[in-house]
Amino acid sequence: MRFSGFLVIKEALTGHKGWKPLWRNPEPQSGYDYIIVGGGGHGLATAYFLASKFKRARIAVLEKGWLGSGNIGRNTTIIRSNYLLPGNGPFYEFSMKLWENMEQEFNFNAMVSQRGILNLIHSDGQRDAYRRRGNAMHLAGADAELLDQTGVRAMYPWLNFDNARFPIKGGLLQRRAGTARHDGVVWGYARGADMLGVDIIQNCEVTGFRIEDGRMQGVETSRGYIGAKKVGVAVAGSSGKVMAMAGMRLPIESHVLQAFVSEGLKPVVDGVITFGAGHFYVSQSDKGGLVFGGDIDGYNSYAQRGNLPVVEDVAEGGMALMPAIGRARLLRMWGGIMDMSMDGSPIIDRTPVEGLYLNAGWCYGGFKATPASGYAFAHLLATDRPHDTATAYRLDRFNRGYVIDEKGVGAQPNLH
Amino acid sequence: MLIPHPLLGLRDAQEFTYLGDAALLNRPDGMAEGAAEAFNDYVYLRDNPAGEHRELWFHEQGDRSWLVVTRNTVTHEILRAELASDVVLVKRGAQA
Repeated sequence: MRFSGFLVIKEALTGHKGWKPLWRNPEPQSGYDYIIVGGGGHGLATAYFLASKFKRARIAVLEKGWLGSGNIGRNTTIIRSNYLLPGNGPFYEFSMKLWENMEQEFNFNAMVSQRGILNLIHSDGQRDAYRRRGNAMHLAGADAELLDQTGVRAMYPWLNFDNARFPIKGGLLQRRAGTARHDGVVWGYARGADMLGVDIIQNCEVTGFRIEDGRMQGVETSRGYIGAKKVGVAVAGSSGKVMAMAGMRLPIESHVLQAFVSEGLKPVVDGVITFGAGHFYVSQSDKGGLVFGGDIDGYNSYAQRGNLPVVEDVAEGGMALMPAIGRARLLRMWGGIMDMSMDGSPIIDRTPVEGLYLNAGWCYGGFKATPASGYAFAHLLATDRPHDTATAYRLDRFNRGYVIDEKGVGAQPNLH
Repeated sequence: MLIPHPLLGLRDAQEFTYLGDAALLNRPDGMAEGAAEAFNDYVYLRDNPAGEHRELWFHEQGDRSWLVVTRNTVTHEILRAELASDVVLVKRGAQA
């Protein structure tokens, strides 16, 4: 069933009796050519592109819970490509371009909204750094504009410009950045993959790998053994646990990141704003709630909830940037488990086990990468070669000394 | 979270900074055979367990001691805290 305006009108006139479930709920077969472990955004995008772009068949996605129960349902929905380093810039710009055409391609409304992201500048040194970043973005094919204070005032006159400690002096604006509806993304990819014949198997937890002579044979699951010559793992915060079943230790620590939504307000923040003097970013959902977040809690965690000190820290950041936020009440908050890698950048690579592939280490920036991550991982699974924009995301880059450290803090995952 | 400091009693975790897995106490010998590989494992690779985790916390806003805290990463329950210096001395004693 292809969605269209015509179909909506027809269903409205005939009592909405023709809508069908967006995807099937198949029993697992005894074997597949490709198994993707993890039915989140990255896993489903991988399956979708394997089937649509690389014309592969006999694909299954195994999800231990329900679709969208992981980080794809627990993020702040920001999409952007304002990266500095050569290993990252082209990849995230590729992702941005895929966002721009995503809805037409998979025929589903993911509510992609290019409302712009503004990174605020509070000092001369920071202006220099953002000017350099903007130039790097231009080199990677992205768009960037450096605004002075007048330019920022024209966009957001209610920001705390004359803060004695952190006055706002300007900002780096990427107009093509914005937000998307996170659930729409996962449902759209799931529906698109399902229509192309991919089996999406929920409530099916992988409990082990069957590896013989260094070659992948298949996976043990809570619903029985399933054979597969190629297995791609895209399980976000659980990468350490899953890859340990294949005898691997990863350059990754799992950390918890919290996010928050205020009560619904009239439209006030029409883009995404990030505070440059603390860790705070905010946008407004189409329902009116302010969606904001800050730092990870800073210690290893597999609990999908954080602690109060970070709540206080985020609230302080918000009050310093936009004092008006103090009148808004907090509606809900939640935590997600982040795959914090040793250099703050992801891994899309083969592993020492023949036929086992890894997509991990997205830190707290995985949502914006969803389409490109899926595309690059599908490219790797289908051709055994990395996609042109993802050649830097190798598992052995730490050993070889080719880390991609945007923040320059070294092998300290809680600082990335 | 409250960390039961062996000398100072229960202290707010906010007084501490976090470093990571207590395996970082076991620094490899830089002169040994295969030191480059050993250091790659030491610097970059982690067990990252879901469950009990021994980890290093620095009492920066307190007595500036390093602690080895045993904590459950699934529940955030803190099971015990020891002075890192004691942990190292016990280990050396066992090796001697």
